[in-house]
Amino acid sequence: MDARTLWLRWSTGALELGRGAWTTVGRAAQESPPARLWRRSLQFRVVTSTLVLSGILVTVLLVVVTNLVVSGLVASQRAAAVAETRSGIRTLGVALGQAPVSNEDLSRDMVSLVDTLSGKGSQAGLFDVVLVPPGGTVAAVSSGVAGLEQIPSDLREAIGGAGLVQLQYVKLPQPNGGDGPGLVVGGTAGSTFGPFTLYYLFPLNETASTAALVQRTMAAAGVVLVVLLAGVAALVTRQVVTPVRQARSNAEELAAGDLDVRMKVTGEDDLARLATSFNRMADSLQSQIAELERLSDVQRGFVSDVSHELRTPMTTLRMAADVMYSARGEFSPDLARAAELLDAEVDRFEKLLTDLLEISRHDANVAVLDPEWLDVGGIVRREVAATAALAERQGCQLELTVPDTPLMAEIDAVRFERILRNLLGNALEHGQGAPVEVQVAGDNEAVAVVVADHGRGLRPGEAALVFNRFYRGDSSRARTIGGSGLGLAISFEDTRLHGGWLQAWGEPGLGARFRLTVPVHAGGELIRSPLPVEPEHWGADGRRTGSVRVLSVSDAGGA
Amino acid sequence: MLVIDDDEALSEMLGIVLRSEGFEAAFVSSGDRALRTFREFHPDLVLLDLMLPGLNGLDVCTLLREESSIPIIMLTAKSDTVDVVLGLESGADDYVVKPFRPKELVARVRARLRRGGGEDPETLSVGGLEIDVPGHTVTRDGEAVALTPLEFDLLVCLARRPGFVFSRDALLEEVWGYRHQADTRLVNVHIQRLRAKIEGDPDNPTIIQTVRGVGYKATAGPAPGTAPGG
Repeated sequence: MDARTLWLRWSTGALELGRGAWTTVGRAAQESPPARLWRRSLQFRVVTSTLVLSGILVTVLLVVVTNLVVSGLVASQRAAAVAETRSGIRTLGVALGQAPVSNEDLSRDMVSLVDTLSGKGSQAGLFDVVLVPPGGTVAAVSSGVAGLEQIPSDLREAIGGAGLVQLQYVKLPQPNGGDGPGLVVGGTAGSTFGPFTLYYLFPLNETASTAALVQRTMAAAGVVLVVLLAGVAALVTRQVVTPVRQARSNAEELAAGDLDVRMKVTGEDDLARLATSFNRMADSLQSQIAELERLSDVQRGFVSDVSHELRTPMTTLRMAADVMYSARGEFSPDLARAAELLDAEVDRFEKLLTDLLEISRHDANVAVLDPEWLDVGGIVRREVAATAALAERQGCQLELTVPDTPLMAEIDAVRFERILRNLLGNALEHGQGAPVEVQVAGDNEAVAVVVADHGRGLRPGEAALVFNRFYRGDSSRARTIGGSGLGLAISFEDTRLHGGWLQAWGEPGLGARFRLTVPVHAGGELIRSPLPVEPEHWGADGRRTGSVRVLSVSDAGGA
Repeated sequence: MLVIDDDEALSEMLGIVLRSEGFEAAFVSSGDRALRTFREFHPDLVLLDLMLPGLNGLDVCTLLREESSIPIIMLTAKSDTVDVVLGLESGADDYVVKPFRPKELVARVRARLRRGGGEDPETLSVGGLEIDVPGHTVTRDGEAVALTPLEFDLLVCLARRPGFVFSRDALLEEVWGYRHQADTRLVNVHIQRLRAKIEGDPDNPTIIQTVRGVGYKATAGPAPGTAPGG
């Protein structure tokens, strides 16, 4: 592997790592308490935004104002200093008119002049004065602690050259001790000896401290202002957020089932309108649900009343038909035949009635599952044995594949048996004389029963339709066992009550397979079935090829 | 035979069917008059409809049970377990769901009327109970335990083979006499009723035990042992 590939690999890896780290950090940040609070609390958002924005604004404002104030202070200070210096220089000029005689006189005059000038103390505040005679005469004189050393050389040069008043900010010893900012203003005045330079030294510590005081005060005021603003924002948003929170909790109560909850309506503003709309919605919901409940009760009452009302005359009919049927030997042929028809039709009617009543119980949600721990294998064996007579009449052979060990499951015996009878009956009726196979298998989670025939089969799409009520695949065919058209629909509902699956597969000419799967524990969720609904070994000629194995969990393919 | 049903046509039809089978029948159409007619007529068996005007079927059943231990068969349009259990617990021995085939009803009637067991002296003991089979009495420590004939037959069947597990179908055949498929709920409810009468703690039975998924058995040995099984 060459260096380039290595480099590519490494950089891609590093990039992935970086991206991964970034995502993790991002996600962690998203989940952090402040982030979550930001997302969830309107008030927090408003207050924080107010804090931030007003903080920025106030800061900007205060900075500007402070700077203005401070620079104003500085400017006025400078102006006063310059004015003072100029007046000092004028005084100097006047004083220099009277020429002193000797150097001692000059020095003495200089000292007295400096004292006079520095004593003047006016708007410019305290200052020191340094008088510098032209070179080569006497020494400079200073009124205070500061001396020629404090005056920077470039200022001296500037004054010396231009002759105008110049100023410079330097470090000066302060009246209260230590060094601090200061202003030196200087100018020259001519004389017979030469130019005398007068320096005024202004210590600016006080000004600086005033400025600092202003800044601090402004800053404090700013912080207090921002905090107060945030407080105001919080209070104001409370006005809005509280009703919104109330609305939310009311909505939650409504959703939880308390249909009586209503919001208080105060005033006429948007919030009041929100409350009004909410109340109207709750009213509407309440009345609709009440109506639905009423209808449901009516339906339930209907089902139970009708059940009794229909069944009683049905019983009488049944008995009468039976009595006549038993006695038909004594009748004339026509009467006997009538008795036979009566018996058959009463039979059919009874089945239809039972099925109708059963399906309407499912519709009215009155059907209840009555589960027990039973051996599914045993039940299937019994049902298969019970349909032996019908199988013989149809000429179909029943083949049962069931494991020897019990397959326990929590099922409703009556309903489960009904489903099996329905599936077996259908298979035998549509079997067209071919063998009908019944398989039972189970695992820890589910038990499945497959009933397969090799008769007419199902057309494409029929596998879903076949569970519809009154669906008849081929209405012209003679019905041997006299179904009502509701058998599979009822089986489907019974399976659904178990929390199970009832599925069909079929192909024209090859036959049909129906698979019933129920969870082992009542209420359990079904994920897979222990048996496949599509066959494994069916050949094109419609007959089985190979032998059928009892399938165990590891063999079961898909759903 | 006493028929207690409010539907006239049904009652009349029942009468025709019963007569053709050789039974004599009397009819009552309301719950209030049921008891009086019962006392006057002294039937061998009662067919009782649950939905009655006046005193309802369940109450009539309870009252009849207090007075007599003759077989009572419920006729009902309701087949929910709740209703079946209620009826059986009120004292009925069996129930038939409308609509029924007359042959089926007759078979059940005959099964109930047929009292099995010979007159050979036979005493069984199980779980502290003494059972005198021909005398149809059960005593615990000398005190008699009142059982209906069906409950008695059920106990005898289990007690005759202690430790042997009877499936519900086997019990239906042995005790009720139904050879074809019948409702196993009958067995469940009657076992419960039996337990309520003979067990010290019906919720933790020691004399008649459930074997999950298979059936019931009577514990082997005279005293309640620590036999496994639910």
